[in-house]
Amino acid sequence: MGGYEPLYHALYELSSAAVIEEITKSGLRGRGGGGYPTGLKWATVAKMPGKQKYVICNADEGDPGAFMDRSVLESDPHRVLEGMAIAGYAIGANHGFIYVRAEYPLAIQRLTKAIQQAKKYGLLGSQIFESGFDFKIDIRIGAGAFVCGEETALIHSIEGGRGNPRPRPPYPAEVGLWGCPTLINNVETYANITPIIRKGAEWYSSIGTAGSKGTKVFALTGKVQHTGLVEVPMGTTLRQIVEEMGGGVAEGRVKAVQTGGPSGGCIPAVFFDTPVDYESLQQLGTMMGSGGMIVMDDATSMVEIAQFYMDFCRGESCGKCVPCRAGTVQLHEMLTKIVNHQATETDIEQMEALCQMVKEMSLCGLGQSAPNPVLSTLRYFKEEYLARLRPEVETFATAKD
Amino acid sequence: MPALSPQAPPDRLTQHPSSPQDSATCDRHYKTLDTTLKRNHYQPDALIEVLHKAQESFGYLEDEVLLYIARQLKQPLSRVYGVASFYHLFSLKPSGIHNCVVCLGTACYVKGARQILDRLELELAIKVGETTSDGQISLLSARCLGACGLAPAAVFDGEVGGKLTAEDALARLQALTIND
Repeated sequence: MGGYEPLYHALYELSSAAVIEEITKSGLRGRGGGGYPTGLKWATVAKMPGKQKYVICNADEGDPGAFMDRSVLESDPHRVLEGMAIAGYAIGANHGFIYVRAEYPLAIQRLTKAIQQAKKYGLLGSQIFESGFDFKIDIRIGAGAFVCGEETALIHSIEGGRGNPRPRPPYPAEVGLWGCPTLINNVETYANITPIIRKGAEWYSSIGTAGSKGTKVFALTGKVQHTGLVEVPMGTTLRQIVEEMGGGVAEGRVKAVQTGGPSGGCIPAVFFDTPVDYESLQQLGTMMGSGGMIVMDDATSMVEIAQFYMDFCRGESCGKCVPCRAGTVQLHEMLTKIVNHQATETDIEQMEALCQMVKEMSLCGLGQSAPNPVLSTLRYFKEEYLARLRPEVETFATAKD
Repeated sequence: MPALSPQAPPDRLTQHPSSPQDSATCDRHYKTLDTTLKRNHYQPDALIEVLHKAQESFGYLEDEVLLYIARQLKQPLSRVYGVASFYHLFSLKPSGIHNCVVCLGTACYVKGARQILDRLELELAIKVGETTSDGQISLLSARCLGACGLAPAAVFDGEVGGKLTAEDALARLQALTIND
């Protein structure tokens, strides 16, 4: 309904500054995980000098257990294109890129078709709606590297290189694609733009909590009865999501929910009455992430989950910085030792210390957040780690006797 | 590797002893590659797309193909090889006739995907990432297919199978090879 009307409205009735003002007032925050205020990001790129700027849509949805972006790209690609075009108008860019992971062939196919359709009807390309605004969008396809979800790595990948991140600052808002100021937002963020422009910032900010506005889509998976996507207002409690919408677990009880993918952590069932927003999840030692929610029951071992995520980070580390490249390998070995009942309490202490080091010294978000699943399971499920320690030395002594 | 001029005709490239395909098929593949290169105006930033196309045509990225791409894009081979080896989806060695990709995303993992993979490894007598000695089946794993609602999931020659047990997976694999 009313597709591309918000773009028309923006082009003819709003100035670039007014669009940014509207997005800022709406309180929309980045849906890719970080939660950075979208309006502020747009304003920063808009202020940058230089004629050439770029808009990038990060559709490299790599968090295992998350498929919100895939659903938007496959079912309503025009909404994302329109959001990008509005962003281009607001910041003064006329070229956009969508970076889609190659694992989503249907999404790529539908995006390609949507871009063709939009071009045909003059909704993308030169002189959109016969205004003076030109905007074209190209698709770039990933090749299976999780680290490319990190913005500087993603830029390198669009440029056709290895997806290695680089230190920030300078942020892409200043030095981005081919050295030009670049705006990078997630698929879901762009999908939120058109409703804001159509219905107004006031309407949007009436939904959600004080610090987190609007709705959020979660991918509810794991040991839950009804798996699938749920879109809820920010501030909905985990209990409502997991037990009412997800129908709880089939048998036994829910033990924890994992959010934020390999960068996030596990929330034990005792905290299920917490309203979900950016801050409350951070206080619980996890993060919103892109929106994957994996429900675990008593049969799931938290130590093994931590080991699983560390294996993931170890494999996906790009290898550029030592704390991440070597640290994740060491952490994985330590976790394997614990899983195999060969560790002592000293090993756990050492592992915690190494976690802190990797967290503080890694170059990019992948390494900085890789220890999170370990730290969060240690925080809430330490007894599971202790139960896996090496049997007491006395036992060996008795066995020898 | 033979010394090549930048405009080396494709058929010269195929005469390398390690080349697995006959020269007619190979010519066709190079033609497809050339079309992609041309469409991207031989721009170095199209490297990933060109590699995708090359892998799609040739099945995998052999040294000769990488060298050819490097020369066409006027890029050092080190850069082309660096990119080809960085991304998981690019394969530098030939793969089997059929492939089976087991999803090891968190949702699948929680629902027992690791056990399915272990069983397949055992039955096929290969490790994940390897191809059976008869060149029939390549066993691969994926970080997440985004089919979490179907967990545990696997892809058999491009077809997604969901809510699998180890027996289902084995049956699907058998069906693949029988249909030949």
